[in-house]
Amino acid sequence: MPKEVLATEHPDDDLIRTDRMPHIWCPGCGIGIVMKCYIKAIKRSGIPPERHVVVSGIGCSSRLPGYVNIDSYHTTHGRALPFAIGMNLVKPELEITVIAGDGDLVTIGGNHFIHTIRRNHDINVVLINNFIYGMTGGQHGATTPAGSKATSAPYGTIDNPFNLPLLVASLGAPFVARWTTFHVNQLIDAMLKAMKVNGLAFIEVLSPCPTHYGRDNNFPTGLEMMRYFKKMSVINHEADLRTVDIDLRSGKPIIVGNFVHKEKPSYNDMWRKLVESVREERK
Amino acid sequence: MTEGLLPPGKYFMQGNIACAEAALIAGCRFFAGYPITPSSEILEWMSYRLPQVGGHFIQMEDEIASIMAVLGASNAGAKSMTATSGPGFSLMQEGIGFGMMTETPCVIVNVQRGGPSTGIPTLVGQGDMMQAKWGSHGDYEAIVYVPNSVQEMFDLTIKAFNTSEEYRQPVILMSDQVISHMYGSLVVPPHEEIKIVNRKLPNVPPSIPDFKPFDSRYEVPPMALAGMGYRVHVTGLTHDERGYPYYTHEVSTWCVKHLVSKVRNNAKKIWEVERFMLDDADTIIITYGITSRPAYQAVKMARSEGIKAGMLRLITAWPFPDEIVREVSEQAKVIIVPEINMGQMIHPVKEAAECLVVGLSWAPGAVPTPDVILDTIRAVSR
Repeated sequence: MPKEVLATEHPDDDLIRTDRMPHIWCPGCGIGIVMKCYIKAIKRSGIPPERHVVVSGIGCSSRLPGYVNIDSYHTTHGRALPFAIGMNLVKPELEITVIAGDGDLVTIGGNHFIHTIRRNHDINVVLINNFIYGMTGGQHGATTPAGSKATSAPYGTIDNPFNLPLLVASLGAPFVARWTTFHVNQLIDAMLKAMKVNGLAFIEVLSPCPTHYGRDNNFPTGLEMMRYFKKMSVINHEADLRTVDIDLRSGKPIIVGNFVHKEKPSYNDMWRKLVESVREERK
Repeated sequence: MTEGLLPPGKYFMQGNIACAEAALIAGCRFFAGYPITPSSEILEWMSYRLPQVGGHFIQMEDEIASIMAVLGASNAGAKSMTATSGPGFSLMQEGIGFGMMTETPCVIVNVQRGGPSTGIPTLVGQGDMMQAKWGSHGDYEAIVYVPNSVQEMFDLTIKAFNTSEEYRQPVILMSDQVISHMYGSLVVPPHEEIKIVNRKLPNVPPSIPDFKPFDSRYEVPPMALAGMGYRVHVTGLTHDERGYPYYTHEVSTWCVKHLVSKVRNNAKKIWEVERFMLDDADTIIITYGITSRPAYQAVKMARSEGIKAGMLRLITAWPFPDEIVREVSEQAKVIIVPEINMGQMIHPVKEAAECLVVGLSWAPGAVPTPDVILDTIRAVSR
């Protein structure tokens, strides 16, 4: 018997492509939470939705833009950042947020990732880290914690994963944060900060993937991973980023916070200066 | 609008520079690229010129990033371009496919050098002609122009932008090391005499319900740009008229047929060829780009020996001008296809021609001399 329908509308329907529901995400997946936070941040940003653009690559996380009712670009695997850069240079007035997964942004897209941060483009990057390749069926990637099982690592991974906040901070990003899908209010707040940052703002969001990460790694439901996030997370904005690597087996706390928040000229600022000086010389 | 652009007049200029100046006149205001011989002069010249004319230049971390930045810029409204050579062109194929699927106008210049792999970076080749057509996965119709002079580096760059804007898709200019590095005469006509095409934008307000960014009522749908308020969804997935992904054979049929038919239905308008001494010719050379230059001479030398030689030069390589080749083949005893590769454009020629077709496969690293082509003409006309 179908259950009674309790509500036919959602308060965020204006920013959801309701005609695309149901979405593709599994029960217990955290990506929907990130989408909700992003929509809240758009609404609270004071920037009209017409000026927000969301860009992604390929993967479960990269399907998020397709459900948000703003200009949304679902590009190729790992290439969301260079696409967003082209758009940002031509129309710097757009508030561009790249939302994609760990496999997309820092594994296949690793080269674009480091250079985008190094050049300090005015883009917000929300990296949803679920520790695994979800869409292709649970293979390990550059963020899979060492020793985890994956469909392409049946005996456990031997790769060292990235410590992303340390990597991004080392490249000079003016804003670096990490939260989990348990930290909804902090995540919305970090997204709002990111939208105000002049230059590259990076947020890593740890998110459960019960279907492809959890079931083989002692987190059989999304809820169990959320409980783990709740129990193990320690907020420390001043954390020594050399110590914030993630190990889900040893009882090591998950350090979260807004680690870096500083002012720095963006690529667009540098370009404007260059153009002004070229025009001066030609006068 | 013409402030800072190359003024009308006569010039002695390098092919790559002529290409860059033409791009600016065509309205190009965004260039992203990665250094690679023998195309780097285009990148360097754009880095010097774009800040002067109010455009944007960025040197990216690789060719994959370059083509993606170009597509992002185009979706924000800028006429955009990149330039590369063989290995870089290979890296761009995924992005070119994304440009085709999302119907994003842009121009890609491929200055061909010797291959395969790193090959001979500083010397000529024509080995990417099939890659230009088939390089990315799946079905699409490439539009490819092949210049054979500095003047055509200029003229065809402008044409590539116009065609790209008209059909809403990437267009490729296939130069080669010799044409790009050659210095030659260039005539820039008064700017107001140069035809410039700009993409069509939606003529309905963003507020209309059910706006369709890929509306099937149009052969080429007007392009809603980022920030215009249409709230588009653009994806490389097979999509419907709204841009929404759909995994059905029906939607796939519509989507793929739409992409190929906008070019196929207009192929005759896109085709450009040069006919050289063809009137009574029965021994006909079909070639393109740098290889056509010794071929002019070879045809004249053959004529002086009493051989009725002529040449059909492909300016549009793709969509392949098959009807023109078929028509020409009706008067021919034999067609010779000289090219600096092991036999690429000979395949569509064979498919279209009604007569014997003979290849002249020439390895990269040098241009065949008129004598080499003449020897083949003599051999086949005997």
